[in-house]
Formats: sequence, structure tokens, C-alpha cells
Amino acid sequence: MNLENVEEILAKYKHNESQIISILQEVQVLHNYLPEEALKYVAERLNMPLARVYGIATFYKTFSLEPRGEHLIRVCLGTACHVRGGPRILETAERILGIKADETTPDYKFTLESVNCLGCCALGPVMVVDDEYYGKLPPANVEKILRQYGYSSSNKEEKDD
Amino acid sequence: MTKRKLKSPSDLEKLRQEILSKRDPKKSCITLCSGTGCRAYGSEKVVAAFQEEIRKQNLADEVDIRVTGCHGFCEKGPLAVIYPEEICYTEVNTEDVSDIVSQTMREGQIIDRLLYKDPNTGEKIIRESEIPFYKHQTRRIFGNNLKIDPKNIEDYIALDGYSALVRALFELTPEQVIDEVKKANLRGLGGGGFPTGIKWETTRNAPGEPKYVIVNCDEGDPGAYMDRSLMEGNPHSVIEGLIIGAYAIGSHEGFIYVREEYPLAVENTTIALDQARKYGFLGRNILGSGFDFDISIYRGAGAFVSGESSALTSVLEGKVGKPKPKYVHTAVSGLWEKPTNLNNVETWANVPPIINKGADWFASIGTEGSKGTKIFSLVGKVNNTGLVEVPMGMTLREVIYGIGGGIIKGKKFKAVQTGGPSGGCIPESLLDLPVDFDELTKVGSMMGSGGMIVMDEDTCMVDVARYFLSFLREESCGKCVPCREGIKRMLEILTDITEGRGKEGDIELLEEVSEVLRDASLCALGTTAPNPILTTIKYFRDEYEAHIKYKKCPAGVCKELIEYLIDLEQCTGCHRCVVNCPEEAITGEKKKGETYKIDQSKCIKCGVCLDVCKFDAVEVR
Repeated sequence: MNLENVEEILAKYKHNESQIISILQEVQVLHNYLPEEALKYVAERLNMPLARVYGIATFYKTFSLEPRGEHLIRVCLGTACHVRGGPRILETAERILGIKADETTPDYKFTLESVNCLGCCALGPVMVVDDEYYGKLPPANVEKILRQYGYSSSNKEEKDD
Repeated sequence: MTKRKLKSPSDLEKLRQEILSKRDPKKSCITLCSGTGCRAYGSEKVVAAFQEEIRKQNLADEVDIRVTGCHGFCEKGPLAVIYPEEICYTEVNTEDVSDIVSQTMREGQIIDRLLYKDPNTGEKIIRESEIPFYKHQTRRIFGNNLKIDPKNIEDYIALDGYSALVRALFELTPEQVIDEVKKANLRGLGGGGFPTGIKWETTRNAPGEPKYVIVNCDEGDPGAYMDRSLMEGNPHSVIEGLIIGAYAIGSHEGFIYVREEYPLAVENTTIALDQARKYGFLGRNILGSGFDFDISIYRGAGAFVSGESSALTSVLEGKVGKPKPKYVHTAVSGLWEKPTNLNNVETWANVPPIINKGADWFASIGTEGSKGTKIFSLVGKVNNTGLVEVPMGMTLREVIYGIGGGIIKGKKFKAVQTGGPSGGCIPESLLDLPVDFDELTKVGSMMGSGGMIVMDEDTCMVDVARYFLSFLREESCGKCVPCREGIKRMLEILTDITEGRGKEGDIELLEEVSEVLRDASLCALGTTAPNPILTTIKYFRDEYEAHIKYKKCPAGVCKELIEYLIDLEQCTGCHRCVVNCPEEAITGEKKKGETYKIDQSKCIKCGVCLDVCKFDAVEVR
């Protein structure tokens, strides 16, 4: 693994351990997840026990220790979305993709997550694919949207095999 | 834009005059909301279309475009307001842009189709401030969002920005600043309600150097987004408040902690900090006063509990954001065990007006115990979703019906939830409750950061309690046993009730476990976790009993307790439900409505049939 770009990130934050969250966030942007080697490298360079870096990487919702899909689907389950039918959007996406929340399709095309509130409650229920928002969303439209991002039933079937 | 560093109050005054002299209040200016809500509607494309259209029509010299933060009326976004006439257009999309430029901005004509229509009277309203949603608000803090491009410090300076800082640094001693804030009786608007001036004084007097000041923008309550909108839309007001607080407390280093779900707030705050530094509001010898202060910004990574003050200081130290036991307050021993003052975004934003206009002005509105205004995010099953700033003490009814325009589709109001996962659900019988810190606590809820989630007859209150407990189970840091285990057990009981396995004694058991959490949890996440359960039991006990005794969900929400049925009288046999059912659970012969049937053994209760039916022929029972 190329750790030079991780070193660049560390340098940007002046190897300051109090900036560990921002450092890990940027590493995750780079690799789409937090690879073990990168975590070990960060721990070593910041002179922090690996256990502490691991603790942070697993405490916060934003970090993933597993590779994630090409497209990130986030379904808002904030209170406003909850009362406006957010859970049904999530269930529909789960059913279509054949995965549960916080899982990735076997072909690494989609990762499905729920979020606690995106703060655009007027649009509830909301689903966000990458950076595109789909608001006031009827569950029946979920599949059509996922197709725009290359969903076909094959994403699901691979898993059934 | 002047890039020179301001070295004295008179430099700032000169700059302000220079900015104002270049601005013609009669010049046509279109203000486009570009908060997170409007962006989600596609406002960035609208902004680009305006820039292009104005260039095309050669109007660049005659009209200004101002891209602002959130205006608050999120329901009707994207929003555009044209000054000086204050013409408000709602739900503007790219196709409307050329009409707005050629008809309104060039000719002064009003475009009827884009005006807000009062759903009650059918009347079209032209001026923004005449729209009922805005008319009944008192926008002391949030109002400037409409007048400011958050990426341009000069917009803030033009509105007397940083004049409170000058007054604090050059006319008042730190003690006088604290006295003014104490006299105003400003209380922590993040939910705690602790008197801000007393907190500042404690930090100032606590032994130990250096001292730190922190802006808490870890707005974790789901359904609340006023802090984000202030941080995005008017970051300098928060920064100015923080510098004044730092001066009063004797701190030279400050932090702004922003939740990771708020990228735009991080972006705008970073720009604002750079600009404040360039202009000399941050750094060494601020405006020649001899006072040094600077601010760094930190991003969170998605953990509700990290907004708790002692947990937040752990995050800034590069540790896992878990709360610490509070034998000693953060004000005495916080960040790196030094005296630390932490306030929420809205609290800091209230400081400059208090210093400028005085404690008496601030306290001239509000209730006995809660002064000034509070911004609420009014969301859920309400017609006018948005951000609402009202004097403390306005009743729930005035907020929900007067400003919020009542319940969506004329449904029946059931409850309003305030205070986030630590708050409670307030029933219809208490709609005339004046909203302030103390009244909300009296009825078992709390102010919290200001989320106000409206629920209607289709909301199941047991499911709502289960929702909050499942939220809290995920967010409990697991450090103390009562919270870690108690929430888990209560969630199990609630899940059983919603799935038809509830039994006699469950309600009492929930109450008993709640008491343990209240008494024995380490931080407020645990001690307040029972609130959603206790208030729903208190005000909606019949719903619990319907689930437990009769295995029914009166609101038709809890899947295990409901059935989808076809109303054969309404069914026209259009076949839409059959085509859309993912489980092939519906059968029937086309155009013969009376033949349609749902096979309950196949039905997964996904509700697709209900959504696609155009004839109201699917019922939930």
C-alpha cells in the first residue's frame, strides 16, 4: 500500500494527535475506508497506541473498516423523517438491494447507511445518493432512483447464489 | 475588498463607511437562499442560472446577487427575495429565472405564480415579512441571515458587525462584560439552560492557565438544525460572540466543533475565520487593543454523545468522545484539564447584540425565567416546516398553528416532541403551554436545542418511544452500566410491545428501569433517556394498553399489529397494486374490483399498495 499520501495528510495536520479525527477522515476519503495498514501507520507516526486509534475508528459512525461501495446511499432516520415514513424508505432500499443498513452489495456497487438527521427536514423523507438529495420521496420511487446509479437486479442476485 | 488589517476601532469605522458608501440601498438586489435545505432542492443550479441570465441581459452593473444562508422557510424553497421591494418568490426553479430577471428585476413587475399563497385565505402575498410564517416571528438573531453572504465578511461589517467587539474591548472591562451577560440572564440555548454569565465567571475565576473557549456546533438532536443554519448563514456573529466571551473570560485560544454531517457549516466557518484573521479580528493585538485570540475549527465524526461538554473536550484532545464523571465542572477543569467555557452556537450569537444594545433590551422580551428569543426547528407533520425564532413564552399553539400553519392535510394533531431524544412528547391538552426552559421541564419534556417535531394522528406514540430508545442505544457510549444496559432492556420491552409480544406489567417495568437511569447514569444522555418513554406513558397510556392488551396499533404504524386490506367497494381493478407488489401477494382480475385480495401470509406490509393506489382502496387495520 502506498502510504506516502497518508504521510502527506499527517504533515498537513503537523502530526498533531489532537487532530486524529480529521486525519482519519481524510484517509478515509483517500481510500474509501480505513485500511488496517493505514491505521497502523497513523498510530506509529503519531506515537499513539494502535488500540487508541482503533478505538476512535470504531467509535464514530463515519468511519468504516471495510471497503465501501462505489455509491453511498444514506437514508435519513431523523425524527421528522421517521414520522414521515423514513423507515419505509430504508426497508424498501434494503429489499431492493438485498442488503441491510450498513452493508455493501457483493459487487461493491452500493453501500447503504442510515443517518440520524441531515437537517433538511422540510424534504422528509429524504434519501441521499452520493451528494444528490431525493426529498419527499415515495417508497415506490426508490428503485427508479437506484437504477439511475446502475442498479440492476444482478447486484442483488450475486448474493443469493 | 479591502485586504488591509484593521489596527484600531477607527480603521473599522472607516472601512464600514467605505462599504456603505459603495452600496446603494435602492439598487435592485436578489437574495437567494443557499442553506442546506434549499441546496437539497437544487438552489445551486438556480444561483448559476441567475448569474448567467444577468450576464446575458447585461444587467451586471444594475443588479446584485446575494447568495445567503438559510432564510428559514424551508418548506417553500428554493427561496428568492428581491430588494428593495422585498418581493418574495417561493419554489423557484431554473425555468423561472429568465422571467424573474426580465420581468421583475428589469420592469418591476410581479410574477403572480411565484408568490406565496396563503392556504387559508387563498390570498397571494408579495412581501416576505407579510407571509404569516415570518410575520409572527421575532427574528433578532436569525434575521440577518437574509442580508448576509456568509462568505463575505463585508456584508457582516455593513450591518454593524464587530461593533460589539469594539465596545467590549475598548469601553468595558472583562468583569463588566460578564455583568452585562449576567444581567441579561442569557441562558444556555443548547438545551441546558444554565446561566451563561455565571458559567463565564466561574471559568474566569477558576485557577489555571491557559483557559479555553469552545463553540459547540455538534447539533445532534434529530430534527433540529438551527445551529447549523446560523453557523452556515452568519458565522461572524458566532465568531464575534466567541471573541467577546474569550476577552471576558481571559482566554486566548478558542475552538469551534462542528458535526461532520454539516460540511457547508465547516466550509463557511473556515472562510469566515480566514477573513476575520485577515481583517484583524483574530490574532495578535486585535484592533490595537492588546488582546490576543485565535480560533481553530474541528470536525466531528458522527457521535451524538460527543456534544456533551466533557465528551467534546475529549474529542478536542484527540480521544474517543466519551463523557467524564463531572465531580469537577468543565468550567474548572475541561480541555487538557484547564478551565474551559463551552457554549452552544445560538448562545454565542446572542452575545454581540447584548453587548451592543444592552441587557435591558435583551431581557425586554421573554418570560420571568427565560429571556430573549429562541430559534426552533419546526418540523414533522406541520404545513410550514422551517426555522422559527420567537420570544420565549410564546405558546405551542401559536408556534404550530400561527406560524406553522397547522397540520399537513388537515389531519388531527397528536403531539409535539421537543428536546430531542432527551425530551418528551407533549399532548394536545397542553398546546397553550408557554414555551420556555422551565415550563417544558415541568411537563416532563425539555427545551433541548430547539427541535419541535409535530406528530399527527398517524403517528404511533409507542413507536416514537421505541424510535428514540433505538437512537439512544446506538449512541450510548457504553461507559456506565445504567445507560448501557438500561436502554437496551427498555428497548427490548418497547420492541416487544410494538411487535405484539407486550405483556401486563411492561409499563410498570419501564417506569422502574427509568428511575434507575435517572438516578445512576454518568451523563445527561442516560439521565434523560427515559423522558420519551415516561411522557408517552403519561399522556398516551391508552396507546400502550391497546398494543399490550388488544394487540392493536391504533395509528396503524406497528407492522406486526396491522393488516393491509383491499376495500372492494372502492377498488376499480386498475391492477396497479398487483404490478407493484414486491411479493406478488395481491391477486385479482383486471377491471373487476371485487376480485382483488391480499394474501396475508405473503404480505410483508411494505405499504407499496397503499402508496400506488389512486382510489383509496387500500386500508390499514
